[in-house]
Amino acid sequence: MSSENHSCQSNYLTFKGKYAGVWGWLFSTDHKRIGILYLYSILSFFIAGAFLGLLMKLELIAPGSTIMRAQTYNGFFTLHGITMIFLIVIPGIPAVFGNFFLPLLIGARDVAFPRLNLLSWWIYILGALVALSSQFLGSDPPDTGWTFYAPYSFRTGTNMLPAVLGAFILGFSSILTGLNFIVTIHRLRAPGMTWLRMPLFPWSLYGTAWIQLLATPIIGITLLMVVAERTLKIGFFDPTLGGDPVLYQHLFWIYSHPAVYIMILPAMGIISELLPAFARKPIFGYKAIVVSTLLIAFIGYFVWGHHMFTAGMSGTAQFAFSFLTFLVAIPSAVKVFNWLATLYKGSIHIQTPFLWAASFLFVFMIGGMSGLVLGALATNVHLHDTAFVVAHFHFIVFGGVGYAFMAGIHYWFPKMFGRMYDSGWANTGWGLFFSGFLTLYFPMFILGMKGMPRRYFDYLPEFHGLNVISSLGAMLMLFGLAIVLINLMRAARRGAAAPDNPWGALTLEWTVPSPPPVANFIDIPTIVTHPYDYSILQPKDLSK
Amino acid sequence: MFSSNLSNFSQGVNTAFIVILGIIGFFLVGLTAVLIYFIVKYRASKHPVASQVSGNTTLEIIWTLIPLLLVLGMFYFGWVAWKPMESRPPRNAMHIKTTARMWNWSFTYENGKVTDTLYIPVGLPVALDMEALDVIHSLYIPVFRIKKDIVPGTPRLTWFIANSPGSYDLFCTEYCGLQHSTMITLVKALPGEDFEAWYASLDTTSAQSTVQIAPPASEEGRKLIKQVGCTACHTTDGTRLVGPTYKGLFGKTEIVITGKEERTITVDEAYIRTSILDPNKDIVKGYTKGLMLSYGNQLNEEEIQKIIDYLRTLQ
Ligand SMILES: [Cu+2]
Ligand SMILES: [Cu+2]
Repeated sequence: MSSENHSCQSNYLTFKGKYAGVWGWLFSTDHKRIGILYLYSILSFFIAGAFLGLLMKLELIAPGSTIMRAQTYNGFFTLHGITMIFLIVIPGIPAVFGNFFLPLLIGARDVAFPRLNLLSWWIYILGALVALSSQFLGSDPPDTGWTFYAPYSFRTGTNMLPAVLGAFILGFSSILTGLNFIVTIHRLRAPGMTWLRMPLFPWSLYGTAWIQLLATPIIGITLLMVVAERTLKIGFFDPTLGGDPVLYQHLFWIYSHPAVYIMILPAMGIISELLPAFARKPIFGYKAIVVSTLLIAFIGYFVWGHHMFTAGMSGTAQFAFSFLTFLVAIPSAVKVFNWLATLYKGSIHIQTPFLWAASFLFVFMIGGMSGLVLGALATNVHLHDTAFVVAHFHFIVFGGVGYAFMAGIHYWFPKMFGRMYDSGWANTGWGLFFSGFLTLYFPMFILGMKGMPRRYFDYLPEFHGLNVISSLGAMLMLFGLAIVLINLMRAARRGAAAPDNPWGALTLEWTVPSPPPVANFIDIPTIVTHPYDYSILQPKDLSK
Repeated sequence: MFSSNLSNFSQGVNTAFIVILGIIGFFLVGLTAVLIYFIVKYRASKHPVASQVSGNTTLEIIWTLIPLLLVLGMFYFGWVAWKPMESRPPRNAMHIKTTARMWNWSFTYENGKVTDTLYIPVGLPVALDMEALDVIHSLYIPVFRIKKDIVPGTPRLTWFIANSPGSYDLFCTEYCGLQHSTMITLVKALPGEDFEAWYASLDTTSAQSTVQIAPPASEEGRKLIKQVGCTACHTTDGTRLVGPTYKGLFGKTEIVITGKEERTITVDEAYIRTSILDPNKDIVKGYTKGLMLSYGNQLNEEEIQKIIDYLRTLQ
C-alpha cells in the first residue's frame, strides 16, 4: 500500500481543473469535493443551530423571562428545529461521508451521476437559503415549531411559507442523492465485491437511500398542500375551510418518522465500520446487521402513528402502531448486541474515533430504550409532548447521529485532509462534550416524567432545579464542542502529514493515499475477501 | 414519582412505568457494564491479538427472541393500562364543558357556572367535553396521568375519577403560540360536601368563598376578563403583550386599521363592543390581525357591559 504508484496523480485537494480557486470547488463534480462542500455547509449550519439551542437553554435557566421574550423563544426553537432536522441531520452523514466514502468503499471512481450529485448540493443550498429567508423577509420569523402543525401554522401572523417551501426544495436534494447512491451501489461495485462482501456503511446508505426515495415525496406533497391551502384557500387541513388537522399530522409523520431512520441508519453504518477497525476483528454477525438494517428501513414506514397517540385515532390504530413500534425495536437491539460482541476478545485500540463510537453505544442505548417508554400506550399518554420526548429525541438523534458523525470525522479526517489532528485535545473535547451532553439531556427525562410540557418558554417553580442543571450541561457541552472543532480546523491547515492507513483498517479507502487522488484508484481493485477479514493481517501487522 | 394514586388510571399507568423502566434499567446497566468490561479487558495493551470470531447463529437467535418476548410484555402493560382511558365514561359521570382557546381554559358546569379553574368532586367520575376554538390544544393533568389533544372542529372527551382532595396542575401540552407556556390552570379536587357547597354558591373562581354579597358591576367585569382569558393577551398594568393593554384604554385616541385604511378613533363603548364581537374589524396599528376570535358565543350583552364598566375604571 505505498503511495508511490499514485504519485503521478495530484490529489483531489490540490487538483487544478477547468475552474480555478473557489469555483473549482463550487463546480466540481468530484464526489470528494462535493462531500467537503457538504461538510462545510453542514458544519456552519450546525454551529448556528447549536448556538440557538444554547440561547434557549440560557433562557430556561430561571422561570419567567430571563434573556429573551416569549416570541423570540418560540422563533428560536422553530429555527433550531428546522436547521437541525432539515439542514443537518437528514442530509448529514450520507451527504458528507456518503459522498466522500461510498465510491472509495466500493472501489469506484465516482458516484454513478456526478453532475446530478453536484446539482443536489446546489439544490440543498437553494433550499437552505429559502428556508432561512423566512427569518429576514416579511413579518416576524416563523414560530410554529419544525412540525408546522395545522391549523396553528395557518393562523400565526409570522412568515411561515418560505420555511415550508425550503423544506420542500431540500426534499429534492434528498431524493436525488438517494437515487444516485442506489444506482452507484447497484452498478459500480468493484469486481468481486458481491453484495455480501460490501462493507456495512454502504449497506446502511443503501437502506437509507430507499427511504429517501420513497418517503420524501410524501412530505413534498404535504407541504405543497399547505402552500395551496394558504394561498388558494383549498381546505385540506384547516377546520375553518372544512379540512382536518389530524390528516396533516398523519401525512407529516408518514415522512418524518422514516426520516428518523434516514438519520440513524447511516450512523449505525459508521459504527459498524469503526468497531471492527479498532477491535482488529471482523464485525460480529455481518448478515444479521445487514438484515436488521433492511428490516428497520422497512418496518420504519409503518410506525408513524406513535407520534399521535393523544391526537384521537381509533383504538385499533393505536394498538397496531404501538405494537409495530415495539417490533422495530428488535432489529436495533440485535445491532447493539452484535456491536458489543464485536468487542469480545478483540484487541481494542482506544483512540479518539473509538471513544466516540463507544459513547455512541451508550447514548444510543438510552435513546432507544427511552423510545420504548414512549412506544407503550399508557406511558406515552403521560409523557407525550413533555420534556421527556425532547430528551429521548436528542439522545437518539443528536446522540446517535451526532456521536456517529464525530466518530466518523475523527476516523476519516486523516484520509480526507491528509493530516492528523492532536489526539490529546480531541480526547479532552470528547470528555467535556460527553459529560455536558449527559448533564444537559438526562435531567429532561425527569422533568418530563414530572410533567413539564415541551416548547415552554416559562415553567412552574417546581421544575427550576433540574432546568438549572440542564442549562449548565449545555454550556459544558458547547465548550467541549468548541475544543473538538477548533482542534480539527487547526489540524486541517497545520496538522502533521497522515499516513495512508493510520488505524490499520482494512476497507478500500485505506488502500489509497491520504488525501486520495482525483480518480481514487489507479487500477480498480478486485475483491477476494470479506471486508473485515482481519485474520489476513494477523498477527504481525496488527500486533503493535 | 410512581407511587401516588391520585386518579383511577394512576395505578395501571404506574405499573406500566415500573415494568418498562425496570426492564430497560436492567438492560442499560447490564449492557453498559459489559461494554466497559470488554473495553478494559480486551484493550490492545493487554490483549494484543484479536480472536477472529465473526458470528454465532445460536446467539443471534437468542438475542432476537429474548428482546422480542420482553417488548411484547412491555407492549401488553402499556396497552392494558391505556384501554380504560379510552372507554366510555360511567353513566353517572358529571359532565363539564371544557373550552380551550389561545391561551386560556374555561369550564362550564351543568348548572351554568363558568370558571377558569377546574373544580371537581373527589370520588365521582368527571367527564370533560372538550372543544378548541382556534388551534389544537392538549389537556394534560400529570398526576391523573391523562392527556388528550383537542382539535378544533372535533369534540373530544376525556374522563377520570380523582381519588384524593388537593390542588393539581393542568397544562396545555400542544404548542399553541405565543403564550402556550402560560396556558396553565389548577384542578381543585374537593371532598363531596365541599364541592356541593361550592357548586351551589355564586362564586365562580374561589373555593373558600363564604360571604355572598353582590359585588359592583366593575368587580364582576374584572373577574370576567380573567375567566374568559382576555388577560392572556391584554394586561391591566400598561405592559404590552400581543394585544393592547387595558390601562388607560377607555377614552384614548388610537389609530386603527379597518380593511386597508387607517383611521383615528376614540375608544368608547361602541368600539369595545366591536372589538369583543368582531375583533378583526378595526385593528390597532402595530398589532397583528387574526390572533383574536369573536367572543360572541362566550359573553352575553350583560357581561360585555360589565367588562366595559370595569375598563372605565382602569385609568
Ligand atoms: Cu417516530
Ligand atoms: Cu398550548
